[in-house]
Amino acid sequence: MKNKTLIAAGFALSLVLAGGVSFYASSNPDGLEKVAGDIGFIDTAKEHKNADGLLADYGVKGVDNARLSTGAAGIIGVLATAGISTGLFYLVRRKPEAKK
Amino acid sequence: MHIPDGFIDIPTSAAFAAAAAAGVALSLKGAKNSLDERTAPLAGLTATFIFAVQMLNFPVAAGTSGHLLGGALAAVLVGPYAATLALTVVLMMQGLLFADGGLSAIGLNVFNMSLVGVWFGYGAFLLVKKVLPKNRSSIAIAAGIAGIASVPAAAAGFVLQYAIGGTATFSTIAVFTAMVSTHILIGIGEALITFFAVGAVMATRADLVYGYKGQSAQLEVRKSS
Repeated sequence: MKNKTLIAAGFALSLVLAGGVSFYASSNPDGLEKVAGDIGFIDTAKEHKNADGLLADYGVKGVDNARLSTGAAGIIGVLATAGISTGLFYLVRRKPEAKK
Repeated sequence: MHIPDGFIDIPTSAAFAAAAAAGVALSLKGAKNSLDERTAPLAGLTATFIFAVQMLNFPVAAGTSGHLLGGALAAVLVGPYAATLALTVVLMMQGLLFADGGLSAIGLNVFNMSLVGVWFGYGAFLLVKKVLPKNRSSIAIAAGIAGIASVPAAAAGFVLQYAIGGTATFSTIAVFTAMVSTHILIGIGEALITFFAVGAVMATRADLVYGYKGQSAQLEVRKSS
């Protein structure tokens, strides 16, 4: 498989997972939240400074349909993560020895 | 696993943020050697895939869910330095855009997931790989086992932070027992996802897999002789 094919397939899969499958994710508290609740320190959590943000809690603000809201937030997250991380890794990578 | 603001006091959060920043700075240097034209896109994809899969909380026992951390997965695919950077990008996105993980807790979360999860996972991978037969299928199995080990290790990172600077006063032992036992269960999901993801890349482009490179180089030498 070509490099580009692998990357494109993985990227498409990420879009499907974050944009579609994420709607079906479990909404139970995660391990840390559960432990914090059971033991009793969940109340020491403060609200996130950006709790009213446009994408807070993996939903697009103003979109009422939960499936659309979560899916769109997931797709935005995938695009942003792909852009920023790939850009960073290209900057960091070993440059082919040229020039001089 | 994403720590919100408030669980850990500010001085402790700041100290762990400094440690996390040092680890990320070292990884920026170290990642240079493992990243080239071919592997840089794979590292970007690894971060992207981890972001996507971290949205997929799966149910574990009794009203609890867990999600992939991806430290072992990333370390095996692209090496521990690039993996540290990949996880850090994911955590920054989650904390800044999606209000997942407190802003004052970003250093705590980077420490637990980008440093402890990645490096403990990578160490476990190397150990298990040594014990298993030297063949291709061992790579995904070792990665899966490293996955299950890395989750309670990252959870123990939180317990350390709680012991030093927890704002609540419940016993550290109780928090340790609950965190580690819960996260061993979550680690089973981590192991499965890590096994299948590494297995898929091994089946298509084993030559790109960082954790396999030592062996593939050996094979090439034999072939040419």
